Amino acid sequence: MPLCDAEKTFVLHGVDANMRIDGREREDYRPMELETDVVSHAFGSARLRLANTDVLVAVKIEVDSPFPEKPFEGKLEFFVDCSANATPDFEGRGGENLAVELSNCLASAYRSNEALDLKKLCIMKGRKCWKLYVDILLLEVGGNLFDAVSIAVKSALYNTQIPKIKSIHVDGSQIDIQVCDDIFSCTRLDISGAPLMVTVCKIGEHCIVDPNAAEEQCSVGAVVVAVSRGCLSTVLQTGTGSFHPKTLKECLKLGFSVAQNLEDSLMETLGEIKPNQDVGFLK
Amino acid sequence: MSRNRELISNIGLRLDGRRALELRRIRCKLGLFSEPDGSAYIEQGLTKVLAAVYGPHQVRGNRSKAQHDCAIVNCQFSMAVFSTGERKRRPRGDRKSTEMSIHLHQALIAAIKVELYPWSQIDVYVEVLHADGGIYPACVNAATLALIDAGIPLKEYLCACTASLASNDIPMIDISHQEEIMGGPTLTVAALPMSGKVVLLEMSQRFHVDHLPKVLDKALKGCIDIKNILDEAVKNNVREIGSSTGWASST
Repeated sequence: MPLCDAEKTFVLHGVDANMRIDGREREDYRPMELETDVVSHAFGSARLRLANTDVLVAVKIEVDSPFPEKPFEGKLEFFVDCSANATPDFEGRGGENLAVELSNCLASAYRSNEALDLKKLCIMKGRKCWKLYVDILLLEVGGNLFDAVSIAVKSALYNTQIPKIKSIHVDGSQIDIQVCDDIFSCTRLDISGAPLMVTVCKIGEHCIVDPNAAEEQCSVGAVVVAVSRGCLSTVLQTGTGSFHPKTLKECLKLGFSVAQNLEDSLMETLGEIKPNQDVGFLK
Repeated sequence: MSRNRELISNIGLRLDGRRALELRRIRCKLGLFSEPDGSAYIEQGLTKVLAAVYGPHQVRGNRSKAQHDCAIVNCQFSMAVFSTGERKRRPRGDRKSTEMSIHLHQALIAAIKVELYPWSQIDVYVEVLHADGGIYPACVNAATLALIDAGIPLKEYLCACTASLASNDIPMIDISHQEEIMGGPTLTVAALPMSGKVVLLEMSQRFHVDHLPKVLDKALKGCIDIKNILDEAVKNNVREIGSSTGWASST
């Protein structure tokens, strides 16, 4: 729903006075709900609800052969699906541009070996490796997709269990992999370096984080900052506006500090999640 | 024939422990999301479906599609790539999804009072999160709930159910994925259970024409059972919304 000028002015004045339309300050997030293990047949999954943005992430694992130039590494692939449930604009191929933008941003944020160690996914050098498919489904769009998606992806990877290999038989070009029979003996991924993205949105003279749908319409531009282990792993500028280098630096600084706080609270929350909690859409 | 016999054991239990005429557990919820005008979630056994309804609103895109005497209903079926055991390549646009969309459209047109909304459009989107047999019925049931949540007038509940024939003489309803892949015919029925009208009938594989009335009868019985469950859920939902607005205290 497009906003009229008066509504935009109202949002703008709110940001100026450090009191946004929903009562938040400029650096506050909206309430989040996080659930893991919501998709029973996936190797790991998470659902994040950030006010009315809803993201479901599932991780599936397949055996694949590694890239010839990286024989020691596994593979990681992101796929974003914009469900028409979220908005009728996504019907047919309508959501494809957004999906590509999101998945490319994720892929570049995870490209560094510091972010996620792909060497752990190697089964046999140059021959076999695990391939992680991270499938992201957008169920409702209420602003701030990048942050929501990155948090959900990190939680889903935290939740992911990779089967243990019992034995590998090599017979010429045939490779036979035996997976451990015990379904509970799995390895978990080390996600301490998995990047979190923070969108810093410029409205008027000030920068805000976690913009809702109305604020996104008022902003001239936004900077997405992905932070992993105290380093920036990706910076992406979105929107049509332009930034002064000084403002851009401020944005990066703000995004960086917010991402570190977000990281701490996310790790704390993930640690608190108990297995076999009642989860799902019925709650 | 030898494979078919295993669908139901000697003591009349199916692979998942159900009786022949027993439905899987149905759990549902209305009004999950705030963005669409109506939304619903349904679980039939392990099959999980989300539905969202937008409208009635002005016809989007090609204006020439607008009808002067009825609303147009636009359906899109899509499956999450992780919904099946083997990961799917594309969430929509393949033959099966297109066919599902068409069938869904056919069934919904019969149930919605489209004549009340000339020059307008109603969008129904369904998203399968977990496919474990009986996807079409789950989508139809979820769409019905979402339409009710959106407050769109329906002639009556629209319910769908699958049925099959085990051991060549025992009809059974609500076929799971495991039973689907073991073979045996599958009859899919979408019906208006209160008046007993059938709006969509589809059959795969074959059985003798003599068995058809019997199987169809059981499938319709399944539709009535589903209708009762949905009705209960809708009433509970209305009660919940109503009590939160304080209607109980005013009397």
